[in-house]
Amino acid sequence: MNFLANLGRVVLALLAETGRVTLFTRDALIQGLTPTIYFRQIFDQLMKIGYNSLLVVGLTAFFTGGALALQIYLGSSRFNAESLVASIVALGITRELGPVFAGIMVAGRVGSSIAAELGTMRVTEQIDALVTLATNPFKYLVGPRIVACVISLPILVGIADIIGVMGGYIVGTRSLGFNSYAYIKNTVDFLKLDDVTSGLIKAAVFGFIIAIMGCYHGFNSRGGAQGVGRATINAVVSSAILILAANFVLTSFLFKN
Amino acid sequence: MAQEPHIVLSDVRKAFGRKHVLNGLDVSVDKGRSLVVIGGSGTGKSVMIKTILGIIRPDSGSIRVAGEEVVGLKGAARDRYLSRFGMLFQGAALFDSLPVWQNVAFGLIQGRKMNRARARDIAIEKMAQVGLGPEVGQLYPAELSGGMQKRVGLARAIAADPEIIFFDEPTTGLDPIMADVINNLIVDSVRRLGSTTISITHDMASARKIADDIAMIYKGRIIWHGPADTIDTSGNDYVDQFIHGRAEGPIQMEVLKP
Repeated sequence: MNFLANLGRVVLALLAETGRVTLFTRDALIQGLTPTIYFRQIFDQLMKIGYNSLLVVGLTAFFTGGALALQIYLGSSRFNAESLVASIVALGITRELGPVFAGIMVAGRVGSSIAAELGTMRVTEQIDALVTLATNPFKYLVGPRIVACVISLPILVGIADIIGVMGGYIVGTRSLGFNSYAYIKNTVDFLKLDDVTSGLIKAAVFGFIIAIMGCYHGFNSRGGAQGVGRATINAVVSSAILILAANFVLTSFLFKN
Repeated sequence: MAQEPHIVLSDVRKAFGRKHVLNGLDVSVDKGRSLVVIGGSGTGKSVMIKTILGIIRPDSGSIRVAGEEVVGLKGAARDRYLSRFGMLFQGAALFDSLPVWQNVAFGLIQGRKMNRARARDIAIEKMAQVGLGPEVGQLYPAELSGGMQKRVGLARAIAADPEIIFFDEPTTGLDPIMADVINNLIVDSVRRLGSTTISITHDMASARKIADDIAMIYKGRIIWHGPADTIDTSGNDYVDQFIHGRAEGPIQMEVLKP
């Protein structure tokens, strides 16, 4: 009985949390993305979220592309199919690894930062202060972060795709002995526009998830420094899980045919 | 016909789970008067102010400001309503990411869409009124002492010349001299603007200095309300215990229970 009671409690808590996140998302969309629009805030967030994440996303993509080339080479050499390395690296990076790794890295860097910043603002009454200054916190804090994340992630992933393919190219030509021209030709010939755009669509969805989770946990943090710490962890963990789940769902839809 | 008080709370109730914080709270403030609400920690003082501002929605009861029912206001009506207020928070609640002058001018720029140059001039003027020079405007809140942060918070509260100002524990955490400086600034600012004010505090020296009227809240209800100069002769045992800071009396702290 105890097991069933505990299971029931967990399920109820999960449903309640899902309901709260849904209501928060509704408010974020209705209040945060309708006029008044704070363009200065959006620009600041674009710099913080997009520009400042370039290095970490770029390095992740480069090493992932290189490692992917090595692994595919080792695997495909068992079937004498080494010539597939370039095309599989390109497909793997643009369709899956680019958006997922960029999403998870940005969730770690930006989701945590959003939750910590808004959480601190909550516990120090800065969000209440916004209200008393006739400024809607959803419009001033949440909306710009959503817009910036949804714009930044596809741009970051586009750059990550290029750097990731370049990582594979460098490993392929310098370490695995591929001809430079042949590697590039294989990459270009096999890659379709859909491969890239599907990754960019995923990236925009991941950006939305990161912004909502960061803002939700920050907005609802309680209890001082410990509460802010908890909000930060929850933002990163929930973003990462939702990104992986959303990736599966999106892949099912985008590559149905 | 007598004019309705500027702010009227009638039978306001609010519970968080099983904890009933406001239990049928009735209080009113006349226009241009300064009401100080005293009471122990956790008696509902901050929740009372937040229900008036609409930050917390009461479970039941009525809140009327200037004759208008304000519970449940939304959208533009709520923005218009909030633009009539200024508030000094206990910890000042300054925005860390903005320099001092932008903190002071925030409500003018974001709330009232004022031109930044004009808002900056007003911010510097308000900072001067609370004894801060223009050079402080370029600093960030983290670079200021607690007393200076309170002054910036006060300048922000009065920046838009609000008709109603709330002060939440304005002197908590300050040394007695700085506390008196803040009290004087509050009295001067409020007199200059002619605003209606509600302050909440534990500090009796502050209450005596800034109040026209004092109300005592206990367990979510107002148990005494009268002119500030009658508080020493209130005849209320709860008030007497509180203003003299005695452990013995009708108010029993949880920790003292056997």
